[in-house]
Amino acid sequence: MNPSIPLRRRALLAGTVAFAGGVFARRLAQAQLHLDITRGFVEPMPIAVSPFAGDGPAAREQGEAIAQVVSADLDSSGLFRTLDRRAYIQGPEELRGVPRFADWRQINAQALVTGVVRSPEPLVVEFRLWDVFGGTQLRGLRLDAPSSAWRRVAHKIADAVYERLTGESGYFDTKIAYIAETGPATRRIKRVAVMDQDGANHAFLTDGSQLVLTPRLSPDVTRIAYLVFRHPAPRVVMRELASGREIVLGEFPGMSFAPRFSPDGRSLLVSIAQEGNTDLFRFDLVTRQLRRLTDGAAIDTSPSYSPDGTKIAFNSDRGGSPQLYVMNADGSGVRRISFGSGRYGEPEWSPRGDLIAFSKLDKGFFHIGVMKPDGSDERLLTRNYQDESPTWSPNGRVILFSRQDRAGGRTRLFSIDITGYNQREIPTPLDASDPNWSALLP
Amino acid sequence: MIRRTVLALISLMPLAACSSNSETAAGSTAGTGGGSGVPGGGVTSAELGGPRGPIVPGSQQDLEVNVGDRVFFAFDSAALDDAARQTLERQAAWLKQYPAVSVTIEGHCDERGTREYNLALGERRAQAVKNYLVALGISPDRIRTISYGEERPADPGHDETAWALNRRAVTVVNVTG
Repeated sequence: MNPSIPLRRRALLAGTVAFAGGVFARRLAQAQLHLDITRGFVEPMPIAVSPFAGDGPAAREQGEAIAQVVSADLDSSGLFRTLDRRAYIQGPEELRGVPRFADWRQINAQALVTGVVRSPEPLVVEFRLWDVFGGTQLRGLRLDAPSSAWRRVAHKIADAVYERLTGESGYFDTKIAYIAETGPATRRIKRVAVMDQDGANHAFLTDGSQLVLTPRLSPDVTRIAYLVFRHPAPRVVMRELASGREIVLGEFPGMSFAPRFSPDGRSLLVSIAQEGNTDLFRFDLVTRQLRRLTDGAAIDTSPSYSPDGTKIAFNSDRGGSPQLYVMNADGSGVRRISFGSGRYGEPEWSPRGDLIAFSKLDKGFFHIGVMKPDGSDERLLTRNYQDESPTWSPNGRVILFSRQDRAGGRTRLFSIDITGYNQREIPTPLDASDPNWSALLP
Repeated sequence: MIRRTVLALISLMPLAACSSNSETAAGSTAGTGGGSGVPGGGVTSAELGGPRGPIVPGSQQDLEVNVGDRVFFAFDSAALDDAARQTLERQAAWLKQYPAVSVTIEGHCDERGTREYNLALGERRAQAVKNYLVALGISPDRIRTISYGEERPADPGHDETAWALNRRAVTVVNVTG
């Protein structure tokens, strides 16, 4: 649960390169082993993830578990296909040195992950990524952590593999905050929940006695802001993740909702409804000043900062129906960016800055889509009875959203690549809505 | 079509309330009618409805049964139609009759919108009701508003009939001042 577990890592010297070929040969090998994930459908790369060797039985058991989490992470991306370990010819203990690449070529593994657990407590893990056909080490890392953080160690290894082979940063060492739902629709019980990106380490942060909505994690993943229905008016509250302590924000005039952290974590955007009119405000968490950003009789809500903090996308019905707008961070220079058919909502700026995700209701169906920040190149990725609440992986390649089926009305979390491929359910113990994907953990 | 459904529902509500009120009476009438041809003894029986306490004047039940506690809206609208205005005129008269009563207007939405937009829309609907009641002479100090967005549907269904029932503003009598 504590996201700020000390976790050190350092690069292992790539001193064990098998074919000590020149720079040219190595560059060629690296060029061959690169996964271009910007294209539409990517044939998953076959990769072998050996159980990690271990110094002692406890270490070997840990090494086995770590390799399983690494495999599951890589498979979930849809970009890799981990090969069945029963086909592996070399065992973990043989893989402490340089692999016999011929054995791995035989099963057509493009890349191979090996590792050693030097100590189970505190956990000391070394891992290496090999280019099987090039016969070279692509990456080596030593990670130190308390053993309780073993899953994070595995996620960091998967992130290192993903990053080395795709050229993009990974997203496995992350958390998802969301709203867990139970009970009949007319008296729904909702709780703030946080879990690892793969569903592990699940925890409820609230007890369900109050209605809560729309959690948002701070950029450094130490705090969480959400809406709670509390007397006298529904309002935004903020809590420390580690201690659970509530951080008092002071009184807002009217109902405050739709919290969003600024990229630097210094301020919080909130929507405030007064006299039936909803406008956007920025609350400075340091000076505690509340500053109005929009004015007028229209509904202005669901804001989202650009990753550089200079612009804010938001949802407004000022043109007669809900549409997407972008303005400067001080509220100036408002312009509409959505012009397709249908009603748009929930703009979410990609952490890469290149796209804005949104939901839209058109001809009776909800869609999750993406467009460029100037509104061009709109693409719809999903179509369903009710798809809502898009949130980005920190590398801007995957969108998580909630889906409510008409039949049965179950609400669950799904992820989909921005290519429109690799849609998968993220399993949660209860119904789930309002997901928010954290940044990579510090 | 949508509007017709809503109007029909609104106009049915007082009737439904009346018929359930007179349930016990209707049952005894049928029983004492004696037309069932039960031979001899002079014993008749009648179905009894559930016991029903007297409606306390100025209570939520009084508002629901005798006035109408809610108004309905078109999709993505906070405009009050004729039926809504008639209901609110009855509510205003009722509130004048019970000057000690204060109320909370709850604004609600159907599920066909985003959660956050619906929180804002529900607030707009609640405020539209409050403004109308104030215009009819009710002190704004007696009226609070709250938006539940799409969080508390009256009907859990997923079709236009349910959505029409859920796009509503409900006047709720505050239990304590």
